[in-house]
Amino acid sequence: MSGFWNGWIVVLTLANVAGALWLLWATSRREPNDARAEQGDPDTTGHTWDGDLKEYNNPLPRWWLWLFYGSVAFGVGYMVLFPALGSFGGALGWSQAGQWQAQTLEAERRANEQFAKFAGKSVVELQRDPDAMRVARNLYANNCAMCHGSDARGAKGFPNLHATNFQYGKEPDTLVATIALGRQGVMPAWADALGAQGVEEVASYVYSLSGRKAPADLVAGGQAKFGMFCASCHGADGTGMPVLGAPNLTDQYWTYGGSIEAIKETITAGRQNQMPAHLDLLGEQRVKLLAAYVLSLGPPAAEPATQTAQNVPAADAAAAVVPVTGDASGH
Amino acid sequence: MQLAETYNDKVVRQFTLATVVWGIVGMLVGVVIAAQLLFPALNFDLPWLTYSRLRPLHTNAVIFAFGGSALFATSYYVVQRTCHARLISDGLAAFTFWGWQLVILLAAITLPLGITSGKEYAELEWPIDLLITVVWVAYGVVFFGTIVRRKVKHIYVANWFFAAFIITVAVLHVVNSMAVPVTALKSYSVYPGVVDAMVQWWYGHNAVGFFLTAGFLGIMYYFVPKQAGRPVYSYRLSVVHFWALISIYMWAGPHHLIYTSLPDWAQSLGMVFSLILIAPSWGGMINGIMTLSGAWHKLRTDPILKFMIVSLSFYGMSTFEGPMMSIKSVNALSHYTEWTIGHVHSGALGWVAMITIGAVYMLVPRLYGRTEMYSTKAIDAHFWVMTIGIVLYVAAMWIAGVMEGLMWRATNADGTLTYTFVESLKSKYPYYAVRLLGGVMVLAGMFLMAWNVLRTIRNPQASTADQPVLAPSHA
Repeated sequence: MSGFWNGWIVVLTLANVAGALWLLWATSRREPNDARAEQGDPDTTGHTWDGDLKEYNNPLPRWWLWLFYGSVAFGVGYMVLFPALGSFGGALGWSQAGQWQAQTLEAERRANEQFAKFAGKSVVELQRDPDAMRVARNLYANNCAMCHGSDARGAKGFPNLHATNFQYGKEPDTLVATIALGRQGVMPAWADALGAQGVEEVASYVYSLSGRKAPADLVAGGQAKFGMFCASCHGADGTGMPVLGAPNLTDQYWTYGGSIEAIKETITAGRQNQMPAHLDLLGEQRVKLLAAYVLSLGPPAAEPATQTAQNVPAADAAAAVVPVTGDASGH
Repeated sequence: MQLAETYNDKVVRQFTLATVVWGIVGMLVGVVIAAQLLFPALNFDLPWLTYSRLRPLHTNAVIFAFGGSALFATSYYVVQRTCHARLISDGLAAFTFWGWQLVILLAAITLPLGITSGKEYAELEWPIDLLITVVWVAYGVVFFGTIVRRKVKHIYVANWFFAAFIITVAVLHVVNSMAVPVTALKSYSVYPGVVDAMVQWWYGHNAVGFFLTAGFLGIMYYFVPKQAGRPVYSYRLSVVHFWALISIYMWAGPHHLIYTSLPDWAQSLGMVFSLILIAPSWGGMINGIMTLSGAWHKLRTDPILKFMIVSLSFYGMSTFEGPMMSIKSVNALSHYTEWTIGHVHSGALGWVAMITIGAVYMLVPRLYGRTEMYSTKAIDAHFWVMTIGIVLYVAAMWIAGVMEGLMWRATNADGTLTYTFVESLKSKYPYYAVRLLGGVMVLAGMFLMAWNVLRTIRNPQASTADQPVLAPSHA
């Protein structure tokens, strides 16, 4: 703020406050017939509008007057202590950035006490530690649930973390890498290379890979084309290649849906997907805790093996809120 | 012959009926979006029925269509009666009516189509902004021209408030709507970043201060003493609270931007002036309530007075609550929660709509040559269903707001948030249901009023004959 504008705003602020005070002082002076007004017999101002509209001229209520003076006094005090008058920073040296920094440092100090006991433990050790898992569950709810769901069952395009087969593998080190560095999932579009008939055939073949019935002629044509275009990533038998992130096509799990239409859409237009990197955001300790948490998730016994991400009804996913109460000590 | 002059009540009648119609439309849209928060499927997957497009339609309809029509109707009625003069121009007055209805119609078309400048309470795109400016200038000419023609020396207090409202809204609208058009239906604000935010909330809060407060205080200062049959309590109080209110309100806007990238000093000024604003705001409440004192016995038989006293009570409550919410540490809890929604509706329904409805019930018989509304019992029923509806609405939003504010800030010892966002959302569902019920009750009251108004003006003895201008009395 330039010197002129700084002075301008300070003068304007103080002039308005002073003006309000003058107005109060001027109108609160006693007038000759105030005593009569206080005995319940006020005079009117002598003006009449629209036949019967008149005005009394009662004195200002004292409690109201003192409320006004009091709020002005508070305001002036506040403007002395806190930043309010242009570039004058206030006697207390307070700033919202300073307040934020102090609160953040304090929160980090307290959190680090909690995390100290997990230092040096491996992902597998963390997974066996109930304390670590309770913290990991909180971390999951804060950082992962918005995409993978608070029940970790995912949604279309967001993998179900209860699945048995992970696209990039479920080994502890792989999970740490996935969470820390993120993943870029790319399936190219094949519409031009395959043509409409080719897409139809390959989709039917892929559909049949997971043990489902598809027209035999289409499957036969699709198998040949699969070997030519798809096998290099998904493998000759279609069981996928975790190193590349190419999914297993023979199981019951589908990131984008397993219907013939969804498979055709995937082959025709391809897929682009991204898991963001979290190392800079969370640090190594929390990434390891999250990897341990994902490792601890398995297909629950009650769930049928054919459960896929996209056939979890959306309403259930929203309603099945994980109670992340954790240990709320001290807050 | 001077005494043969009559009041122009045609435009008042038009705006009064528009008030009833737009009140129903605006509140109906409010009920629909309240229901959508409970049952999201109610947008039927149609883009123009989504919450994001209907919400600005609701706010524009209730503030500018319902509230705006009420202000036009009452200011035209009051300025003629208290100046003892006919409006300066029938043609310009008619232009303001049809021009304002055109603005409302265009808003009702463009907002659901997603045509918006994206500025809250100023969503309408630049061609409509220009039309608003023209209509508003015409409004100013009619109002101030009539003041100039007055037959009494002193300008009645209600007209000060209407005058401040008309002038300030013109300035606010023009400054905040400054934009660079890129197509016929799209423009971008001329202000960058945080300056845009500050201009927006300077506008936004003064829209509350001058449109929804000063304007409706103008209504209060005529209709309350008229209906109570008592003089205004204190001329001195009206002078001091008028000047303090209009000068201090100007500074309060930054309290909408506390703990944002707005510089600290501006945030502090927003908070400090909001707190100093309590007394000037309460000046109007005291003048209204003390004017009614001495007429308390009339509350038993006159439901219109009940609307007015409850309206003044809500006014006093909201103008205390607002400054409290502007305190930085309170705002850190209340901001972005349903508490704000509760606060707005205690002001908009409790104060603005209640005083408007009281004024409409007084105006309709007077404008149609009758002495009272068709059914006083229906007015009483309207009062109760609306009061209970507002209380349910506001209380539900208070609870939901404080609850979600506390849930958002709760943290575990490990530094994580205790609750996920969806948990705070899920916890609000029962309160959303109560709010919907409250909104439906308020809307039901509006339908009752429409029926009562219709029966009053359809009475065979109702007359729209011109009423002669009353000769000023000299005390």
